[in-house]
Amino acid sequence: MTLGKRSKSVDQASMTPDAFAALRKAGSSRRNFLKSAGVLIVGFSVAGPGRKLAAQDPTNPTGLVDANQVDSWIAIAADESVTAYSGKCEFGQGFSTVQTQLVADELFVPLSRVTLIFCDTGITPDQGVTSGSQSHPTEFGAGGLRQALDTARDALWTLASQQLDADMSQLSAKDGVVFLKSDPTQWVSYGQLLFGKRFNLTLNGQAVPKDPKQYTVLGTPVPRIDLPAKATGQFQYVQHVRLPGMLHGKVVRPPTVGATVAGVDQSSVAGLPGKVQVVVKNDFVGVVADTEWHAIQAAGALNVTWSPGAALPDQNTLYAWITQQPSADSLSVDSGDVDQTLGNAATKFTAQYLHPFQLHGSLGTCCAVADVRGGSGAKASAKIWSCTQGVYPQRDSVAMVLGIPNANVRVIFAEGAGCYGLNGADSVCFDAALMSQAVGAPVRVQYSRRDEMMGADSYGPAHVMNLRAGLDKTGQILTWDYEGWTLSRGNRPNATTPGNIIAGALAGFPTPPVTPAAARPPATFSNNSNAAPPYITGVVAGNPPGGQGNVSSQRVLVHTVASPFFTGPLRSPDRLQNTFANESFMDELAAKAQADPVQYRLRHLTDPRLIAVVKAAASAANWATRPSPNPANAKTGLVTGRGMSCVLYEGNNGYCALVAEIQVDQATGVITVTRLVPAQDSGPVSNPDGIRNQMEGGAMQGLSRALFEEVKWRFGSGVITSTDWVSYPVYQWGMPVPVITSVVMNPSDVPQRGAGECTITLTAAAIANALFDATGARLRQAPFTPDRVLAALAARS
Amino acid sequence: MINPAVPAWLVPTDIEGADDVSAYSLTVNGGSYAVDVDDPNTPLLYILQENIKLNGPKFGCGLGQCGACTVLLDGQPIRSCITAISDSAGHQVTTIEGLGTVDNPHPIQQAFIDEQAMHCGYCISGPMMYGYAYISQNPNATRDQILQALSEPAAGKLLCRCHSHVRMLNALVRFAQGAA
Repeated sequence: MTLGKRSKSVDQASMTPDAFAALRKAGSSRRNFLKSAGVLIVGFSVAGPGRKLAAQDPTNPTGLVDANQVDSWIAIAADESVTAYSGKCEFGQGFSTVQTQLVADELFVPLSRVTLIFCDTGITPDQGVTSGSQSHPTEFGAGGLRQALDTARDALWTLASQQLDADMSQLSAKDGVVFLKSDPTQWVSYGQLLFGKRFNLTLNGQAVPKDPKQYTVLGTPVPRIDLPAKATGQFQYVQHVRLPGMLHGKVVRPPTVGATVAGVDQSSVAGLPGKVQVVVKNDFVGVVADTEWHAIQAAGALNVTWSPGAALPDQNTLYAWITQQPSADSLSVDSGDVDQTLGNAATKFTAQYLHPFQLHGSLGTCCAVADVRGGSGAKASAKIWSCTQGVYPQRDSVAMVLGIPNANVRVIFAEGAGCYGLNGADSVCFDAALMSQAVGAPVRVQYSRRDEMMGADSYGPAHVMNLRAGLDKTGQILTWDYEGWTLSRGNRPNATTPGNIIAGALAGFPTPPVTPAAARPPATFSNNSNAAPPYITGVVAGNPPGGQGNVSSQRVLVHTVASPFFTGPLRSPDRLQNTFANESFMDELAAKAQADPVQYRLRHLTDPRLIAVVKAAASAANWATRPSPNPANAKTGLVTGRGMSCVLYEGNNGYCALVAEIQVDQATGVITVTRLVPAQDSGPVSNPDGIRNQMEGGAMQGLSRALFEEVKWRFGSGVITSTDWVSYPVYQWGMPVPVITSVVMNPSDVPQRGAGECTITLTAAAIANALFDATGARLRQAPFTPDRVLAALAARS
Repeated sequence: MINPAVPAWLVPTDIEGADDVSAYSLTVNGGSYAVDVDDPNTPLLYILQENIKLNGPKFGCGLGQCGACTVLLDGQPIRSCITAISDSAGHQVTTIEGLGTVDNPHPIQQAFIDEQAMHCGYCISGPMMYGYAYISQNPNATRDQILQALSEPAAGKLLCRCHSHVRMLNALVRFAQGAA
């Protein structure tokens, strides 16, 4: 391979500077690298030496990336530099740093020698979407980056053992050099072993990962690799992709939900500066101009006649409306004896919890740059720069939108503002692609705040959650019944469903409907996004328990109804809402049993790791063991309280417990969170500072969602009224900043689990429980606005 | 168009009313720029982002409600998304690029790095520039005073949606302690 000489086939403009520099370092181009590199024959290779690798070329998006091949994940150059390729994105959660640590640790190379390239179709492995706290389980699990690294490391050590004429067990490695334990002067470097060749190995499922106890780079607080550029304004976000000849597009969206185009008066923008072009496709309307400001002016001036939109449900009666709609139903577990057990219980209790539609509300509105060449059809092609969570699903869906083979579409990830799920990132790609296709030039589209909030952002759906339980005379829970309603319209787009998001739907692609269906008896237990509380056994059809508790009479039933608005995953999707209900209800049961909320949880939990985080959070918070509410508190004035909540995220991911300490002004209804104490167990810790950062940010974002956030609209007119940060208030600078005391468990003998969505799942319930502890008032509807707090205070018995 | 960094395609040469194009001079991070703009209401943000190709001030809302576009105008933090080019001309504009670089970060930038005080970092111009302006004037500022400064009504709303507030406040306190 040649180093330092740039191949003409590499289009520098098509890559971010970082990615290009890394690619240059790895070789002139990936395809040239693979072509020119010899094949490394390793003794135990399971891949035949004659096996042909698919071409992988950053300029040729038809290249397939075979995720079973080590070379798709890792390249070691003759100059000892290491380049890793990954399908998991960076959104500010720090996972690019963690993946770099993983490469350094498993390969025994210095961090500074590692370059990570992620999320670029045709270059990086297809790892679906980066979401759902699944990055750690995926990259550290079977078929992920770690397995590729371990396979590569074993190959290198095998070569080294031949070279050094020593058994593998006599070898050690450091800084990319394999040496004899008995005589470190006998060594050979990776670069010397490989000579720039490729591995030509399939991933070995039997390759043994490094024992976390042996970590030297993982497990340490490596500073985020992206922060210096972000702190100094030198970081290139997707908003800063600038192409020669690039134009600026703006969308013109229906003013009301469901409105359709009746007419577009192109003369309304004639004479405006900026060489304005209008793009219309079904109900998709956009304008393109030479500068962003000209495009904004044109979008505002364009006269579009819209048909009336669909009637929206009355927000005042939304929750009753939801439960009256036809629904697609799903049973997680049903022991069949819930009604009977309730009938026999000494104490019966029911409660209903309500959670609103909420926005992702990314701070930067979504942006994409599309360069579509050749119109549509087999010879057309497209390059898209996107802050999507999934470059491959987006490649496939945008290909369908454009009528271009997906092999001719390349999607290149460029970081945007934190997305927290399905914000407008995918939708804005469709917008940019449609406009670029129409005008035949590269087009950059960044939404206005209003574009983003009313439609492009696929809202986290509203929830209604009805809970029932029966207790025996000692307060033990005999039966637990969860019945919940949520809404759905669309979801992440994929190859067959561009209509899952607003831009695809406006362009004429159908949004798959919610098809009402009765629940079928479950064959296996499902946590169903935390609809199942931790306290049940989760036993279905004689299978091993899927729950974390000891309540054996149980039912968990979820209804999904059609949403008036587009919906999609929002950080801890459905899980935050379900846990708000379940953990508030558990607190109410503890009060019925006159038990301490922590002790009461522990009475019903069997999972030792969940028990451990509950105890750890309580201990770190100096939890005073007593029932709630606090009998010492006055019924007026400023009072304080503490609340606990806990969860095993999705029943199989991170363990977390959180204590919230609050002040409540009983005259104004204002809640002030003074301290948050989370304890988390996500398995071996990759980056102790990184996990704390995630815990803190999640807890605080949970605070914002619990206290402030609710999408609003006008009944009848179809107008969404949450269109900016005044009409959609969130936690903001200047508000009291709570103290956060994080406890991080670090077990070494269990698999890595997710960390990004644990604390956010718990904040709302912990605050509601703290409010009850402080005042005896129970809030069962989020957000906990002062008027709702005052109403709950007034309703105290 | 004096700034050679601006490509020709950006220059509106053949548009209707091109005779009305005005040249505005402004100083950005110590460098002098003249930009031709046909609309004096064009927000400064777009000039910084498109013409001068800066990445530090960012579009968040276009309404002065979030602070992602914050720059210093003659040392005072303003929202460049709602500040017209005609009001910026002749003034000194400082973006976070003007404070320091990756190789030589300003102490306030180093404080944010030391505290690992961000997630996505998109909002950073807001808390960094408001904090910088206040602490520079009040080197002995306390934690509470800094927090209060970030909530001045004149500042409008200032947001971080990744909710890194705890660490960002720590970073500003660290900077203040170093500055004192």
